[in-house]
Amino acid sequence: MIDLDRLCRAEWGRLLSSLIRAFGDIDLAEESLQEAFAAAVLEWGKCPPNNPQAWLYGTARHRAIDRIRHRARSQELLSSLAPFDERHLQSTGDNHDAVPDERLRLIFTCCHPALSSEAQVALTLRTLGGLTTEEIAHAFLVPATTMAQRLVRAKAKIREAAIPYRVPEADDLPERLSAVMAVLYLVFNEGYAAAHGSELLRRSLCQEAIELTRLLRSLLGLCLSEVPAEVDSLLALMLLHNARRDARVGADGELVLLEEQDRSRWDRAAIEEGCALVQGALERALPGSYALEAAIAAVHSESPNAQDTDWRQIVGLYARLLRVHPSPVVGLNHAAAVAMAEGPAAALPLLEALAAPLADYHLWHAVRADLLRRMGRPREALLCYRRASELSSNASELRFLARRIAELGGS
Amino acid sequence: MKYLLLIYDNEQRWEKGYDKMELAEYGAFGKEFASAIIGGNALKPTATATTVRVRDGKRLTTDGPFAETKEQLGGYYLVEAADLDEAIGIAAKIPAARHGSIEVRPLMIFA
Repeated sequence: MIDLDRLCRAEWGRLLSSLIRAFGDIDLAEESLQEAFAAAVLEWGKCPPNNPQAWLYGTARHRAIDRIRHRARSQELLSSLAPFDERHLQSTGDNHDAVPDERLRLIFTCCHPALSSEAQVALTLRTLGGLTTEEIAHAFLVPATTMAQRLVRAKAKIREAAIPYRVPEADDLPERLSAVMAVLYLVFNEGYAAAHGSELLRRSLCQEAIELTRLLRSLLGLCLSEVPAEVDSLLALMLLHNARRDARVGADGELVLLEEQDRSRWDRAAIEEGCALVQGALERALPGSYALEAAIAAVHSESPNAQDTDWRQIVGLYARLLRVHPSPVVGLNHAAAVAMAEGPAAALPLLEALAAPLADYHLWHAVRADLLRRMGRPREALLCYRRASELSSNASELRFLARRIAELGGS
Repeated sequence: MKYLLLIYDNEQRWEKGYDKMELAEYGAFGKEFASAIIGGNALKPTATATTVRVRDGKRLTTDGPFAETKEQLGGYYLVEAADLDEAIGIAAKIPAARHGSIEVRPLMIFA
């Protein structure tokens, strides 16, 4: 008995990528593939085909051909169609190569910078991840109709503006690849950092981002002499953060800070894989921002606890990250690491320098409060904790801040 | 002298297709000024637009039409390109891309 839902999730992207390549039409490819899966539900019951992928591809292809027969200019399109060996439909053995893999083209088209970043994310999850429109809508907290509209508009732009279906030329590859990685990282962060959505859903977004990054890495490996180091670093970064998934949420669903996590609950296999990937990346290229962030996560992953963490190394990595990717939030992390390595007095001036850009950022006030508390300035600390509390909307952070305020005798 | 006549209009008027009467008016306009008109095209709606800028040698491509009020329309090129990537590649080479913005819009083709 074949689990069709699982098969759909696993094979959707590859089959779709190949159909889009053949017919040059995302909507037609989606509709035909949906029909092929519907046909499978009806026809496979007792005797599923030996090569389900080829059966689905062949059936979807037939449906698509039927549809375009009714269109103008259909003859031109049909005669340009690449042949497909119909014997694959009945073939024995699980021959995956019967269906060409065009997912690398699909990734680059979905993550084209001429599409809004929201559209890029939605299209990638829908076409490559095989998530339904409803699932994507739920994950991004928008009504399903809004998400459906977003997908329709994105596909219309691809068609109307003639966004090509191909892997970019070497000249464009760095820019385009960084756009793809930004989308995958956004999907991961949506799952990892979001304060909303069910735990299950957030985990599946993280998992989806990891699987898509693995896919990108293996497809690039087939067409480039070497996978760019930043792709390995991105995968490492996701794996290393995701390794903490069980330890970072407490019994009542509240967020547990890194320092307070039970490190025995970290996923050691994921850490090992992540560390090896980032190490390999650092050996062959100057580190970009993903590599530096992954290296920071790797240092934490290999430390038995917060006290015995190599904070000097983390300070150094944040300083380099600040040069590659200068941003106030990276500056805040750098200052927090300095506080751990050299004490709160060394970090306070770094923090004060970020007062203007981070005036409304709750974590800036929370970190400042923490430094002042540790420097024995409880009254100022109390004011900062209160300000952080006013600016935060995350329930578990609010509980944490309330505890600190109570400890300092405030209310 | 040559003049560029720029047509600004509410594109929502065209959402459900062009109005036949108005299209006929454009036809009549074209005939009346055939000797003066050097070229002209309708554009696809702004939803199909892409904006290209080059800053510090890096190309920045974004979804959507040009939307900066402190820059003004200063010229145009009509180019033939196989697809959007090729058009963006050409747009990025226009010197103004380093200071201002180049909006890339596909032409409307009337069947």
